[in-house]
Amino acid sequence: MDAIADFFRVYQTTIGVIGINALLALSVWVTLYAGQLTLGNAAFMAVGAYGSALLGMRIGVPFPLGLTIGALLSAALALPLGLAVFRLRGVYLAIATIGFGEVVRVVLLTLPFTGKALGLNGIPPITELWHIYLSLAVVAYVLWRVQGSTVGRAWAAIREDEIAAASQGIAIRRYKLAAFVAGAVVAGWAGGLSAHLNFSIEPGDFGFTRAVQILVFAVVGGTPSVAGPIFGATLLTALPEVLRPLKEYRDIFAGLILMGVIIYLPRGLVTLAELRKTRRLQEIGAADVA
Amino acid sequence: MLLECDRISRRFGGVHAVAEIDLAIAPGQVFGLIGPNGAGKTTLVNLISGHLRVDSGAIRFAGADVTRLAPHALTARGIARTFQGVRLFKGLTVLENVLVGRHARMRSDVIRRLWPGGASDRTDREQARQFLERLGLGRPQALAGELAYGDQRRLEIARALASEPRLLILDEPAAGMNPSESARLRELMRGLVAEGLTIVLIEHDVRLVMGTCERVAVLNFGRKIAEGTPAEIQTSPVVREAYLGTEEVA
Repeated sequence: MDAIADFFRVYQTTIGVIGINALLALSVWVTLYAGQLTLGNAAFMAVGAYGSALLGMRIGVPFPLGLTIGALLSAALALPLGLAVFRLRGVYLAIATIGFGEVVRVVLLTLPFTGKALGLNGIPPITELWHIYLSLAVVAYVLWRVQGSTVGRAWAAIREDEIAAASQGIAIRRYKLAAFVAGAVVAGWAGGLSAHLNFSIEPGDFGFTRAVQILVFAVVGGTPSVAGPIFGATLLTALPEVLRPLKEYRDIFAGLILMGVIIYLPRGLVTLAELRKTRRLQEIGAADVA
Repeated sequence: MLLECDRISRRFGGVHAVAEIDLAIAPGQVFGLIGPNGAGKTTLVNLISGHLRVDSGAIRFAGADVTRLAPHALTARGIARTFQGVRLFKGLTVLENVLVGRHARMRSDVIRRLWPGGASDRTDREQARQFLERLGLGRPQALAGELAYGDQRRLEIARALASEPRLLILDEPAAGMNPSESARLRELMRGLVAEGLTIVLIEHDVRLVMGTCERVAVLNFGRKIAEGTPAEIQTSPVVREAYLGTEEVA
């Protein structure tokens, strides 16, 4: 038991970061599942982080309320942004959302009350591990249920063929927007948790690198199911810790593992399990014919 | 009239893909749309189904003006279609494709689903299976992309029927079908029309068109050059000219 307690004490921060990264990976999963490549979730994370931290530090807003307002602020930004950019597709949509991320970063560097380049320091470390993992459980459950609903099916249809999806009576714009706003809410919430896990935040934490990292978690884990992003975030966050004995060769190995996954499992790590499931389903399908 | 097109036009650059076409399609019939390649058949279908906007003219469906409606709104009103060259959701299962086809007829269950065991889509799945059975499709759990081409075509029709349309537009449904499949398609269309459905059939297979349609319109260079019964069309010199070219020497 002591060993477990020690493990948790030593790796408490890593365990917390894993949970937050899993939330972020899920936030981008929603849009990916609907076939939309967006890279704005680091910025939505920033909105949640700065929003909740400032509300707490300057006005004394209670933590849960601050988190909620932070997430709602993200949603309030995602709505007009989504309306503006969802006429774009694929890489153009990605670039537009990167642009949005840069705007948010620069705004945080310029506003008088965000601490500019120094960021915010002395944020009370209120976030407990159970806050993070309860949030993760709720978000994962909700998304899993949504995936099997009419909404989840509509998202999948849009991903597979937008024109055909419109012909089935799916209001494309509305469903894309819903996915985008849902992702922004989750990212904003995760941002708030993350701000109160660390002592400080600065605009550089939420830049392009962060946006790509979030996307990589989801893609490496795999987008077919909710488990994929959680799995990907866990693995890639823990990997540097696991590879610590390799010292200066650590990043090289982490990079090689990443390449290996993308090359051999392009639909993500979860497809290892999915492959078997599909095969089983095919057998059932064959039985139906017979 | 179930569907009325009133002098509708659509240009691409300087090309009149569809030029001032009038159509009036009565309910409960198969209406054929034929014409050489590039005559504007698919553009016309895209205008009717809302995937393209008309530059001018008006479209009325069941008495209401639907000229500016988006595809999903038209599906809700009862227009369903298939696509030239098949557009299935290939990564989804056969059954899921038909369930998506029922989207316009299903209530959103996303809130009810948040409670464990809160929503059952058993009735929807059962109905989806009936559409598959009607088209003679097995393997509901196979991925749509794994089906043979002829089966994919039939699945697309099943998906379109799942929206319980009043007007079904079939864009070259017999392409890639063998003669026996094409004969079954003809039987299916007859059955559907007997139940009150109206079908617009775009087809190259002249025998299929002449054997199933009550009326046929012929397009060439974006214009309607003839309309009538199959017998009238077959003997029309204008149509013959469009298909075979102008006679150079008398």
